[in-house]
Amino acid sequence: MPSDLDIDLSVALGDFRLDVAERLPFAGITGVFGPSASGKSTLLRALAGFEPARGRIVVAGETWLDTARGIAVPPYRRRVGFLFQDARLFAHLDVAGNLAYAARRAGDADPAISFDDVVGAFDLEPLLPRRVEALSGGERQRVALARTLLTRPALLLLDEPLAALDLYRKAEILPYLESLSSRFHVPTLYVSHAIDEVARLADRTLVLTEGRVRAFGPTPAVLERLDVQSIAGPLEASVVIEARVTGHDTAYRLTQLDVGGETLSLPEASHLDTGATARLRVRARDVAVATARPGALSIRNVLEGTVVELVADADSPFAEVLVDVAGQHLRARITRAAADELALEEGQPVYALVKSVSLDG
Amino acid sequence: MDAGAVGLTLHLAAVTTLVLLLLGTPLAWWLATTRSVLRPAVEALTALPLVLPPTVLGFYLLILLNPTAPIGAFWVEATGTTLTFSFAGLVVGSVIYSLPFMVQPLHGAFAAVGRGPLEAAASLRARPLDAFFTVAVPLSVRGFVTACVLTFAHTVGEFGVVLMIGGNIPGETRVVSIAIYEHVETLRYADAHVLSAALLGFSFLVLLAVYGMNRRFPVRAF
Repeated sequence: MPSDLDIDLSVALGDFRLDVAERLPFAGITGVFGPSASGKSTLLRALAGFEPARGRIVVAGETWLDTARGIAVPPYRRRVGFLFQDARLFAHLDVAGNLAYAARRAGDADPAISFDDVVGAFDLEPLLPRRVEALSGGERQRVALARTLLTRPALLLLDEPLAALDLYRKAEILPYLESLSSRFHVPTLYVSHAIDEVARLADRTLVLTEGRVRAFGPTPAVLERLDVQSIAGPLEASVVIEARVTGHDTAYRLTQLDVGGETLSLPEASHLDTGATARLRVRARDVAVATARPGALSIRNVLEGTVVELVADADSPFAEVLVDVAGQHLRARITRAAADELALEEGQPVYALVKSVSLDG
Repeated sequence: MDAGAVGLTLHLAAVTTLVLLLLGTPLAWWLATTRSVLRPAVEALTALPLVLPPTVLGFYLLILLNPTAPIGAFWVEATGTTLTFSFAGLVVGSVIYSLPFMVQPLHGAFAAVGRGPLEAAASLRARPLDAFFTVAVPLSVRGFVTACVLTFAHTVGEFGVVLMIGGNIPGETRVVSIAIYEHVETLRYADAHVLSAALLGFSFLVLLAVYGMNRRFPVRAF
């Protein structure tokens, strides 16, 4: 049985047109990233059958849509779980009632996900008798996520589930989202316009702008592309790199990591075991570039690499530099004047000075 | 004799409300969910009884339901009784006359529920009819109560249509409003007072109940 998600569809909504033809691996979390009105949500709604679409959708060998053959499976027969931005819990039922609503209609489809498993995994036991009006935003999304899983979906569609939550609530629910693929093994499409969420959760990322696919591939490779970064906005611009934890410096309260033979340190993250691989997010504005290894500097993280790409738009005061460090890429945002003064060019050896690094999941 | 008129009125209102609940619910659902170009026309037709004089409605019903017209003749054939000047005819007239009082609150309630919860239900594998009864109806319960109460009360207050197609047959078509009319015509003001005051009080209590309920359960399910 072909185990992938084969999409070739177009949706017309007024003046807007979405065209996506892509074959996605049917596993893990696939991020769907793009600015507002890029068609991300429309893509998800078309997959669920909520928007009339033309073309073809084949999910792990199951045809949901094939307009050429006159097939359009109605939404309630597609084995898809949909998590809405606004949760959409049923106000006339309590939390247990909402969960039971889904469980009753699940049938005996695979994967076998039990009520108790889900209630346990999402820590919902104390919430079960509560009315949905009495839940916080984060609790609502947790209940909605559990409710969706109880239908035993073959494919999970998450439509900006964190967009309505404040930072604190986001941090509260992210671990539950991460457990989706690791614990319940349900392939997931995760729509977001927040690049940090995509960077943290998604194994691979599809970038949409104006209804078209701009990029698709493993998340780190997609996110370091400069044209994708321009979508994310200058302040958000960042890359994700992987580093191995080499030890903890308890005296200075730092954690040391290794990136291609170079050492990075960040504020102590004692939950990381030595030898483990950590994902780090480095913002472009926190990276400076030097042509010689500098001394007498407060910045501790100095990584040797080479310039692989340089983008300097004559209309902008800034230049974007992509630096290869032992096979991983860092992105630096410097002034165009500095780039000219240093005479930066592709292939040139440089030192990337990293002012701060944050742990990314 | 007036007790008979009161009983008949309540019986007519109850039957009318029940029939309209069955007919008005799918109509209101269609109005709230359709993208058909016919919707404005159907909406206008549904609202007509609000603005038409009951005599106009009654006149056309008389033309349609009398035993020489196809519908009236069919009824005589099928049941042996006429639709005009009978209880069955009053039910037909009342259903049309009170139609907007059932359909409009339901339409509003269904529209307020919106597509969101129904999409959620569909994504949880609920078929459309399942989703209607397990999500749309419970979320619209206040709309149902309002619609039924207003339909019942409006049918109790009906006069013109009854006069046109029902006449004044005790136990068959002599409802409270007709009885009041007859009392006044025959200058029995004391009897007219009793029935009129009762109808006034009843109508006020009904409206008080509807508005009171709207205040006590804000937005929960409407």
